[in-house]
Amino acid sequence: MLGAMLHEAWRAMGANRLRTLLTMLGMVIGVGAVVLMMAIGQGAQYAVAQTISSMGSNIFVVLSGFTSTGGVRSGSGNAPTLNVSDANAIAELDGVDTVAPVHWGSVQMVYGPNNWNAWVQGTTPAYLDARSWPIADGASFTDSDVRAATRVALIGRTVAQNLFGDENPVGKTFRIGQAPFTVLGVLAPKGQNLEGRDQDDLVVMPLTTAQRKVFGTPFQGSVRQILVKASSAEAMPAVEKSIEALLRQRHRLRDSADNDFTLRNLTAVADTAAETTRVMSLLLGAIASVSLLVGGIGIMNIMLVSVTERTREIGIRMAIGARERDILAQFLLEAIIISVIGCAIGLILGVGGALLVNQLAKMTVVVSGSSVLTAFAVAAGVGIFFGFYPARKAARLDPIEALRYQ
Amino acid sequence: MSEAVIRIESLFKAYDTPAGPFPVLKDVNLSILPGEFVAIMGPSGSGKSTFMNILGCLDRPSEGRYFLAGSNVAELGKDATAALRNRTIGFVFQGFNLLPRMTLADNVALPLVYSGIGHAERRARAQEMLDKVGLGRYAGSLPSRISGGQQQRVAIARALVNRPRLILADEPTGNLDSHTSHEIMEVFRELNEEGITVVLITHEGDIAAFAKRQVRFLDGEIVEDRPTLSHDLSPAGGRGTQPAAPLPPAGEGPGERATPC
Ligand SMILES: Nc1ncnc2c1ncn2[C@@H]1O[C@H](COP(=O)(O)OP(=O)(O)OP(=O)(O)O)[C@@H](O)[C@H]1O
Ligand SMILES: [Mg+2]
Repeated sequence: MLGAMLHEAWRAMGANRLRTLLTMLGMVIGVGAVVLMMAIGQGAQYAVAQTISSMGSNIFVVLSGFTSTGGVRSGSGNAPTLNVSDANAIAELDGVDTVAPVHWGSVQMVYGPNNWNAWVQGTTPAYLDARSWPIADGASFTDSDVRAATRVALIGRTVAQNLFGDENPVGKTFRIGQAPFTVLGVLAPKGQNLEGRDQDDLVVMPLTTAQRKVFGTPFQGSVRQILVKASSAEAMPAVEKSIEALLRQRHRLRDSADNDFTLRNLTAVADTAAETTRVMSLLLGAIASVSLLVGGIGIMNIMLVSVTERTREIGIRMAIGARERDILAQFLLEAIIISVIGCAIGLILGVGGALLVNQLAKMTVVVSGSSVLTAFAVAAGVGIFFGFYPARKAARLDPIEALRYQ
Repeated sequence: MSEAVIRIESLFKAYDTPAGPFPVLKDVNLSILPGEFVAIMGPSGSGKSTFMNILGCLDRPSEGRYFLAGSNVAELGKDATAALRNRTIGFVFQGFNLLPRMTLADNVALPLVYSGIGHAERRARAQEMLDKVGLGRYAGSLPSRISGGQQQRVAIARALVNRPRLILADEPTGNLDSHTSHEIMEVFRELNEEGITVVLITHEGDIAAFAKRQVRFLDGEIVEDRPTLSHDLSPAGGRGTQPAAPLPPAGEGPGERATPC
C-alpha cells in the first residue's frame, strides 16, 4: 500500500515538475538558511566558550589606576597604585585560590635577523595556574627565578612563529635591547580573547625580571595589575567585596574618596559575551525560521492548487473505493515528500554554505548532529502541518461533487 | 427466492438549491435480484443518474431505505460505504474516467490498492482483466493512446477487477458510436452470463434491448418496469430513441410498478 502510494505521489509530482521544484525550492532555502544560521550562531557560541575557557574561570583583575564616575578609565594601569604586597595581602583573603601580580609593557625582541614587537607580562608561576594555561613545549620558570630575577621567558605561539620561524625556540636566546633572554618554554595556543586580541602574541617572564631588567620602574615592587582566582563561582561576590575593602584600607582611602584601583570580574564579562552570542544565535535562527515558514506556506499553497486541479481524480478514486484516509494520506504524503526532499537539499546547501563561510570569512561554524536532526524533524513537521489542511480538504470532498467537477 | 442485491423502498431525493429543495426522485421502489440485467431508461432530467449515484453509494437519499446486498446503506459509516464501492460495486461512467497519467494496468489495478492487495497480485489481476476485455497488449500504455471504445473496456476491466457482485453503468455507451456500443454491450452481456448483476442507464432502445429487464423513469418516478420483449431485439426496432413499448400516461406510473421479488 505504502509502496503504491509513494509511487503515485512520485508520479503526481513528476506531472508538474517545474511547480514541484519551485515549491521544493522554498523548503530548500528555508532549511538551508536555518542550517547555515544555526551553524554560524553555534560557531559563535563555541568560539566565545573557547575564549572564556582560555581566560580561566572565576577570575578577577585588579588594575591600578582610577575609574572616573562616567565609567571612563583614566590611565588605569599607568599610575602605580598597586604593589606586590597588595597581592600578598589579597592571597590571604578567604575564598581566594590563586593570586598573580602582573607588570606589563611592550618590547622589541630580536633573534638573529628577526624582529618582533610583543607584549610582556612579568608575573609569578601562579599566573599560568590562574589562567589554566599549559606549556606546550619546555617548562615554566619557578619561584626561585622570580626571587633571582633571572633572564628567562615563556613565549606564546605567535611570538614563536614570528621570531623563530621553523626552529624550536626552547633553549634559544633572544635579546631585548642588549640583554639576552633564554626561552624556557612555549605556551599552548589560546587564540583570541573577548576583545579580539591575539593572546598568543605574548611573552611571560618572572615579575622581578620585568620590573628591574626590562621596564625599570621608579617605584620598587609596583605592579600594573593583580590577577585573582576565586576558589569557586559562589565565592566571587564575597571575594569581590573583601578585595575592595582590603585595598581601600591598605591604600588608606577616606570614605569619600574613589577607589584608586579598578576591580573587574572577568567571569561576569564573559557571561555577558556568552549571553550576547546566545541571543544573536537565537535571533539568526528565528530569522531563518521565517523563511522555513514561508517555504511551508508555499507547500500549502501548491497543495491547495493541486487538490482543486485534481478534484475529478479524487472523485474517481472515491467512486472506486478510496476511503477518506486514503485520500488524506495521498496528499499528505506528497507534501511530506516535497518538504523532506527540499530539506535534504537544503541541508546539503546549508552545510556547504557553512563550510564556505568558514573558508572565506574564517569564522568558526559548528554543524551539529542535533541541528541536522532538528532540520529534518522540522521539515517533516512543516510538511505535515502545511500539508494537512489541503489533504483534509481533499479527503472531505463529496464524491458526487468531485466527479461532476470539470 | 434468493435475496435481492438491491432493494429500494419509497426513496425520495431532493437537491438543495438556492431556491429551496428541488425534488428529483419521488417515491421510487425497486428490487433487483442477483443475476439480473436491467436497463434504466427515460428522458433527460428524469432522475436516472441521481438514482444510479444513490445505487452506487456515491450519494445518499433524502428519504427512504436502500438495502445493498442485505445491509441498510444509511446505517453504514463512510469507510464501510467506501468498502462497498470498492468490493461490491463496479462503477462504469459515460466519460470513462480513467486517470490520464497512469498506465492502463495501473488504472485497472487502482481499486485493488484500496483493498490493500499486494503489488504482485495487483499486477496479475489487472493483466487478467485487461486480457478479458481484449486489451492485454496495451497494459503499459496511457489512456490517451487508445480509442474511446477501448477506454471504456479498460473502465469495465477496472470495475471488474475486485470481482464485484454488481456493475453499475451510467450511459456507458453514450460517448461511443453504435458499432462500438454493441461491442461494449456484448461485454456486459458476457459478464451477466457469468452471474454478475448489471444495471445500466441508456437512452437507446437497441442498447436497452441487451438487458433482460427495462425500467423507465419519468419525472423522478418509475413509470414502466417490464422484461425485454422479443420485438425489442428485432432489427426492426432499429436504434430509435423512442420506447418500443407504448408509454403509459405519467400519472398512472405507480400502477405500472412491478416488483419482481
Ligand atoms: N447537484 C444537483 N443540484 C441540483 N439539481 C441537480 C443536481 N444534479 C441533478 N440535478 C437536477 O436533477 C434532475 C435530474 O438529474 P439527473 O442527472 O438525475 O437526470 P438524468 O435522468 O440522468 O438526465 P440525463 O439523461 O440527461 O443524464 C435534473 O433536473 C437536474 O437538473
Ligand atoms: Mg444522467
